[in-house]
Amino acid sequence: MSEFSVIGKPIAMIDAAGKTTGAGKYTDDFKLPGMLIGKILHSPYPHALIKSIDTSRAKALEGVVAVVTGEDAPNTYGILPVGHDETALAVGKVRYVGDHVACVAAVSEEIAERALELIDVEYEPLPAYFDPELSMKTEGHLIHENRPNNIEKDYHHVFGDPEKGFAEADYIAEARYIAQEVTHAAMEPHSTLANFELDPYTGTLGRLTVISSTQVPYYLQHKLSLVLEMPMSQIRVIKPLVGGGFGGKSEIIPLEIIAAVTARAARAPVKITYTREEVFWAHRGRPRTIIDLKTGVKKDGRVTSVACKVIQDGGAYCSYGVVTILYSGALIGALYDIPHIRYDGYRVLTNKPACGAMRGHGTVNVRFAFESQMDEIAAKLNLNPASVRRINLLKPPTITVNGLRVLSYGLPECIDQVITRSGWDERRGKLPKGRGLGMACSHYVSGAANSIIRSDMPHSTVNIKIDRDGGVVVYTGASEIGQGSDTMTAQVVAEVLGCDLSRVRVIAADTDLTPIDLGSYSSRVTFMAGNAALRAAQDVKKNIVSAAAKRMDCAPEDVIMRGDRVYKSGTTGGGRDPGAAEILEKVDAPRGRVDGQILRGSVLQTRKDQGPKEHMSFEEAVVSAIDFHGALTGTGSYAPPVEARGGRHKGGGVGPSPAYSYSAQVAEVSVDEETGQISVHKIWAAHDCGRALNPVAVEGQVIGSVWMGLGQALQEEMVWKDGLLMNPGMLEYRSPSSEESPEIDCVIVESIDPEGPFGAKEAGEGSLAATIPAISNAIYDAVGIRLRESPFTPERVLSALRAKKGLKRIEMTEHVDPTAPTTFREHGGSLWFKGKGPMRHPLDPARQPAGTTTGGER
Amino acid sequence: MKKELISLRVNRRTHELAVEPSKLLLDVLRQDLDLTGSKRGCDDSSCGACTVQLNGVPMLSCTMLAASCEGQEITTVEGLADHGGLAALQKAYGDFGGAQCGYCTPGFMMTVKALLASNPDPTDEEIREALSSNLCRCTGYLQMFQAIRAALAAEQKGMKHELVGAK
Repeated sequence: MSEFSVIGKPIAMIDAAGKTTGAGKYTDDFKLPGMLIGKILHSPYPHALIKSIDTSRAKALEGVVAVVTGEDAPNTYGILPVGHDETALAVGKVRYVGDHVACVAAVSEEIAERALELIDVEYEPLPAYFDPELSMKTEGHLIHENRPNNIEKDYHHVFGDPEKGFAEADYIAEARYIAQEVTHAAMEPHSTLANFELDPYTGTLGRLTVISSTQVPYYLQHKLSLVLEMPMSQIRVIKPLVGGGFGGKSEIIPLEIIAAVTARAARAPVKITYTREEVFWAHRGRPRTIIDLKTGVKKDGRVTSVACKVIQDGGAYCSYGVVTILYSGALIGALYDIPHIRYDGYRVLTNKPACGAMRGHGTVNVRFAFESQMDEIAAKLNLNPASVRRINLLKPPTITVNGLRVLSYGLPECIDQVITRSGWDERRGKLPKGRGLGMACSHYVSGAANSIIRSDMPHSTVNIKIDRDGGVVVYTGASEIGQGSDTMTAQVVAEVLGCDLSRVRVIAADTDLTPIDLGSYSSRVTFMAGNAALRAAQDVKKNIVSAAAKRMDCAPEDVIMRGDRVYKSGTTGGGRDPGAAEILEKVDAPRGRVDGQILRGSVLQTRKDQGPKEHMSFEEAVVSAIDFHGALTGTGSYAPPVEARGGRHKGGGVGPSPAYSYSAQVAEVSVDEETGQISVHKIWAAHDCGRALNPVAVEGQVIGSVWMGLGQALQEEMVWKDGLLMNPGMLEYRSPSSEESPEIDCVIVESIDPEGPFGAKEAGEGSLAATIPAISNAIYDAVGIRLRESPFTPERVLSALRAKKGLKRIEMTEHVDPTAPTTFREHGGSLWFKGKGPMRHPLDPARQPAGTTTGGER
Repeated sequence: MKKELISLRVNRRTHELAVEPSKLLLDVLRQDLDLTGSKRGCDDSSCGACTVQLNGVPMLSCTMLAASCEGQEITTVEGLADHGGLAALQKAYGDFGGAQCGYCTPGFMMTVKALLASNPDPTDEEIREALSSNLCRCTGYLQMFQAIRAALAAEQKGMKHELVGAK
C-alpha cells in the first residue's frame, strides 16, 4: 500500500471537463446587461510628446458613451514599488509604438473602432532609442526624466574574489552571446470586464468589480486602488479561467486599469479584450539580451571563477525589469558550485514595448550563454560535457557564494537519467554526418523568498470550511492559469484529510472570498500555496480527530483518516476490505441517501448512546466534530523561512527561494547543410520537482517548458524595425505547430524537499532554460558551428556554415556572423522582413519619408 | 449596417437571428447565441481556437461570415458531448493532460473529431498533420497524442460509458 492515497497519482485536472466541453468561462466569455465595448487608441510613434488630444468628434458619434485619456487617471503605478512609471493612458508623452493613448467605450465594437479614428492627437516626435547599448550613451530626451542615460537600474555584484579565481584558472573562455526577444503569446488574449455598483447610501459610484485574465488578482486590486484612489476593500477582483499566462499576465497590463477608468467615466460595465496584435504590443516578454561571459576552469573542468555582464533591452517601462536583471545575476549560482562570481547587470530603457517576466524569468538567456560556454570549454579541454557538469556539482545542504540556500538537489540523478536514456556515452560521436547530441542543465526557484512589496505578511493563506454534508470547501487566493493550481490544492487537502478528492471544492482567486495570495508567478504556487493548504487541512483535521477520538474512545494519535474513512489505528478502517465494506455500507454510511442533516444528527445521537465505535465514514466524523466543536473551519499560511531569504547585499532579495528545481537535458538534432534547417529529433528531459504531486501535471509542465524553450531556440523571435514590431501575429511570430514539435522523453526525479508540501518543488519553469543550450550544443556536435545568437534560424545556421567553409557570404544576415555576434541588428539581422511589414497607421514612422523618421540612432 | 434576418442551424437546433451581413460566425456564436466555447485566439485564422464544423468539415469561424453559413449544419464544441456526458475524446484530453489552460482545447476537439470521423485509425503522422491547423502554447502537443490514442482505444473497445462514469 502506497504511502499516499491521493497525491502521486496521475489525475485529471479538477476543471478539465469545463475546458474540453467549452463550458468553462474565461474573461471574454462574460457579459453584463448594458455592457459597453472598450477600444484603445495606440501611439503610432515610438517616442513623442502629446501636444493635444481632441476627443470631441469621437464623443459626438452616436453610440459612443465615453472617451477617456491620460488626464482622467494620471496616478502612476507599476508592478514593482521602485518602478511606478506607468499611467493607465499616456500623460503628455508616448514611449513606444503601441503605447496607450485613449479609450472609447461604445455600444458595439464597430462603433468604438470608428470613434478611434475620430480622435485627433497632435504629436511632436522625439528622438527614439532602439538599441540598449546606444540608449545607454544618451543624455538628452530621456525616456523617463528620472532615469539618467536611460538606465533603469544597474547592479555590480562581486562574490568571493573573481580575479583570484581567474588567476588560478588553467583555461579561460570568453565570448559575447545574444538572445533575441521572445514573448508569451498565451492563447487567450488579455481581457478585462469592469463594473461599478451604485452605493446605496450615497447614490454615487460605489464598489468596483473587475473580472480579468490575470495571474495576480491581489496586485491588480492594489494597483487599481492606487490609480482610482479607492480603498482596496471597495475593489473586488475575480480571476475566472485564464487561457495561459507564462508571465504575460503576472503584472498589471494597461487594459486592466483602462477598463476600470473607462467604466467609471461611462457609468456602465465596460469590457476590453485585446486583439492578437495588441497582445504583442502589450508584450512584457523576455527582453533581448547581450551576455558577455567569461569562465575560468582548471584542466579537469572545475570552474574557478565566472564574470558576467548582462545588458537587457527592457523597453519603455520598468515592469519587472529590476527583478529580471537581478535574477539574471543571482541564478548564475545554485546550479553548480562556483567559488567566485562577478556580475554587472544593466537594465536599459528603449522605445519598445516593455519587457517583463516570462517563464524562466531572468535566467533563460544567461543560462543559454553559460551552458554553451561549458560545452566550449569541454570541447577545448577535450572533456566529456557530462563530466564537466558532474565535477562542478554542489554539495548540499549548502549556501552558495551569492547567498542562495540549497537543500534538496536532484541534479546528479537528472544528469544520470538523461545520459542513460539518450545513450549519450555509446552514441555520441558515432552518429551519421550532420547529426549530433548536446546536453545542458538548468534550475529555477520555487517561488521568491522575498515578496515584491517587502513585508512580513504570509505569501499564501488557505482557508477551509467543512459542513455537515461532508463537503470540503477550500478558499485559496492562488491563481489557476492552466498549470493545475486548483487541482494541486484539492489534492493536498484531500490527502491530509484522508477524504475522496470528489468531496473537495476549490474556490480560488476572488478577492472578496479568498484569503490573500501573491499570485501565480516565479513558480511559487505548489510550494507556498501548497504548504498553506497543507497547514489549513492539518488545522481543521485536529478538530475532526479529537471528536473522532472521543467517539471511538481512543487517543487522538490513534485516529487515522484515510480512504474517506476515519478509524482507530490497528483496525482495518472498514473501507478497503470488500466484505467489510458491504456490511459497513449498511451500518453507518448514509451516503447516497437523502438523509437530512438534522435527521442524520439524531441518528448519530442514537449511535452515541450505543457506545464507542471503531470506524466511521468521513461525513460521520465531520458531523461529530461539528457537534463537539461548532463550525468546522481551518486556516493555514506560509511564509518562507528567514534562512532562505538570502544575502544582505543590495539586490540580494531577488534569487533566494526556499527550494530550487533542477533539470538536465540531452537534445538530438540534425542539420541540413544545404538549407540551414535544424531538425530536433528528440529531447530527453529529467526534472527534479521534489515530489510529483500529480505526475501527469508535472510531465505537462516539463514538456511544455521544453517545448517553449525549443520555440525560442529555433524559430520564435520578435523582429523590430524602428521600434515597430514586424511580426505581430501567431504565424509570423512562428509559434511551433505540432509539425515542428519533437518527441520529448520526460523523466521525473524526486529529491523530496524537506520544506516542500509532501516534499514538492516547482515544475513549471525550470526546464525551459536548458533546452536552448542543449540544442545549440547539439548543433556544434553535428556540424561544428558554435551559434552564439539565438534563435538558430536557417539563415543564421547557413551563414555560420558558409563562414566555416570559407564560402562567399550570402546576403541574408547583413554580413554578421552569428557565431560571433556583436550587437542587435534591425530586423533581428534577417533580411527576410526588410521593407516588409503590415500596412499601418498613416503616421507610422516606418512609412515616413527618409529624414523625417524619429530614430535617434544611425 | 442594417441587420438582416438569417436562419442558422447550430448543434442540431435552428435559430432565427437578426445580424449584420458583415458579422462573423464566431461573433454570432459567442455574442448572439452565447455559445462561448469557441474562442478567439487571433484575428487572422492562424490559431484554430475558433474551429467549428460545417457539415462535418472543420472551419475557422473567425474568418467566415455568419450569413454565408445558412443552410449548413454547424457544430460547435457545445454539440460534442455524448448524450450529456463527456465524449471519450473529451475525457481522454482531461486524463492525459491534453488540456492545460484549455483555451485552445475546444478548437482541438473540433479538429480531432473531424479527423477521427473521416479516418478512424489514423497514423501518428496523420494525427500530427491534422493537429497542425491548431496552435497550443501550453502542452507541446505530446500529451494530446496520448489522449487521442487513448480515446481511439476506448471507442474501439466500446468502453465509452465506462470512461464517462469513471472518477
